[in-house]
Amino acid sequence: MLDRKRKEKAIESTLLMVSGVTVVALFLLCFFLFREGYLLFGDYSPISFITGSSWYPSSSPAKFGLLPLLTGSLIVTAGAIILSVPLGIAAAVYISELADPKVAQIIKPFVEILAGIPSVVYGFFGLVIVVPLLQDLLDLPTGQTALAGSIMLGMMALPTIISVSEDAINSVPTALKEGSLALGSTKWQTIYRVVLPAALSGISAAVMLGIGRAIGETMTVMMVTGNTAIIPGVPEGLFDPVRTMTATIALEMGEVPQGSDHFHALFAVGSVLFIITFIINLIADSVKKKYRLKEAV
Amino acid sequence: MFKKSMSYMITLLLVTSLALFGAGCVGNDAADSGSDGEMQSIQIKGSDTVLPLAQAEAEIFMMEYPDKTVSIIGGGSGVGIAALIDDEVDIAMASRAMKEAEIENAQANGVDPIQLTIAWDGISVVVNPENPVSALTYEQLEAIYVGDISNWNEVGGEDREIVVLSRDSSSGTYEYFKEEVMEGNEYRADALINPSTGAIIQTVSQNPNAIGYVGVAYLDRTTKPLAVDKGDGAEEPTSENILAGTYPLARPLYFYTDGEPTGLALEFVEFISSETGEAMVFEVGYFPA
Repeated sequence: MLDRKRKEKAIESTLLMVSGVTVVALFLLCFFLFREGYLLFGDYSPISFITGSSWYPSSSPAKFGLLPLLTGSLIVTAGAIILSVPLGIAAAVYISELADPKVAQIIKPFVEILAGIPSVVYGFFGLVIVVPLLQDLLDLPTGQTALAGSIMLGMMALPTIISVSEDAINSVPTALKEGSLALGSTKWQTIYRVVLPAALSGISAAVMLGIGRAIGETMTVMMVTGNTAIIPGVPEGLFDPVRTMTATIALEMGEVPQGSDHFHALFAVGSVLFIITFIINLIADSVKKKYRLKEAV
Repeated sequence: MFKKSMSYMITLLLVTSLALFGAGCVGNDAADSGSDGEMQSIQIKGSDTVLPLAQAEAEIFMMEYPDKTVSIIGGGSGVGIAALIDDEVDIAMASRAMKEAEIENAQANGVDPIQLTIAWDGISVVVNPENPVSALTYEQLEAIYVGDISNWNEVGGEDREIVVLSRDSSSGTYEYFKEEVMEGNEYRADALINPSTGAIIQTVSQNPNAIGYVGVAYLDRTTKPLAVDKGDGAEEPTSENILAGTYPLARPLYFYTDGEPTGLALEFVEFISSETGEAMVFEVGYFPA
């Protein structure tokens, strides 16, 4: 009896240690990220960083304008979300509500495998197949565009969106569905008016997770979007090359002299990225809470 | 009752602190001295362009002298030079010369950088094999890369928009091309930035509008190298022309050491310019210094 208690205590303190390390690691990470980024503003005005429209890190004087990178990230992410959210939710509804269980059993592992493919493989596929295809189909000078990035990212976000939405849809109480059907609604009406609204919190979380994945993705985007640091127009910018914040960091970190303005500028970009991801998580959290309350009532 | 959990805690603390300290110590054991004071292991760090060459040389070298270790890490010219400035490596690899400020930094740290040219790398301007253009002058190349020329018909090609490909700004080749061809002018803002030479080859091979630059070692049948004219007539990027010095787009690859190389570092540098070493330079796709 005493021995078991002791064991539990040990497990408990181990877990505490592990989670403690996580928290400390996160704080240290934040601290270094923001400190290194902040050092840029000793030599460079924060206003020109935030509102600057050109990114010429190695010319003299160097220009570290965030806008092209920020808008590049946003347009690629927006495109990915527009492509993947309807498809993802539709697939989730099909798998959990409409498909023959045998068919669903076949589809599900395929979706999971899709999630396990390394991003460099997606990038290679995009560069070799999607980019030339877009170039021919749309008669563009180059297929390395925001659209190519959006398509690849959309594809990569699909598994997350499908599996999280599917979980949400599955957890809608059967009584709700049966009640709706008993009142004479068709299957479609039930899905549209009852199941989807009831699963909305989970679906919103799925979308937010998808956005999080899309905005932080680096390798694939770097390989297919052309990495041109120009502010894209909306929506025609979808057909132009763009550069995202993550790709900029990955491209330029390799040979940047440590402690230089350029080095600090990349950390500043990283800090902005961190803040954006943080805000998205906050929103996802509050959306979840809001709908959970409603359900409880 | 508390003893067991305490011991768990202490073990964990020890493990994590060891891991942390261990991570902090990496890189400090660079100048590993043998018992007779001669270095039996050296550390080399820097340019990804020089990396395959240094690695191939090191493998052969270590086969010949099994008791000596040459460890090599890439990361880029800037990374290698930074490591040399901080006195963390024995040799820094670089595909560009050290900048004035970097040399001053090094001297302030008590490091005296010595430059050694270990090989030459030819840079080839490539287009799609479908493209009828086969030679460009420096002026035309510069105009294309800064954006003054944006259609192939202005340089004797078809009526197609030119898609300009460049490496990323951390590449030594990017800086070399900018200084050598573009007189330090900025690349056109809408140039496509490719993360690697492989990506440039891939894009040029499937886009008839594209133009890019790659190391001669990367040339293959999927792209067409252009002859380049610096004012003395168009020259093809062949090994004969590069060795004879008539092809203009060739740059030296460097080793940097703190003071004249001694001990194992000197042996390794001498090995690279030996007959075996030079054969290896050719094999990797570069040209002996």
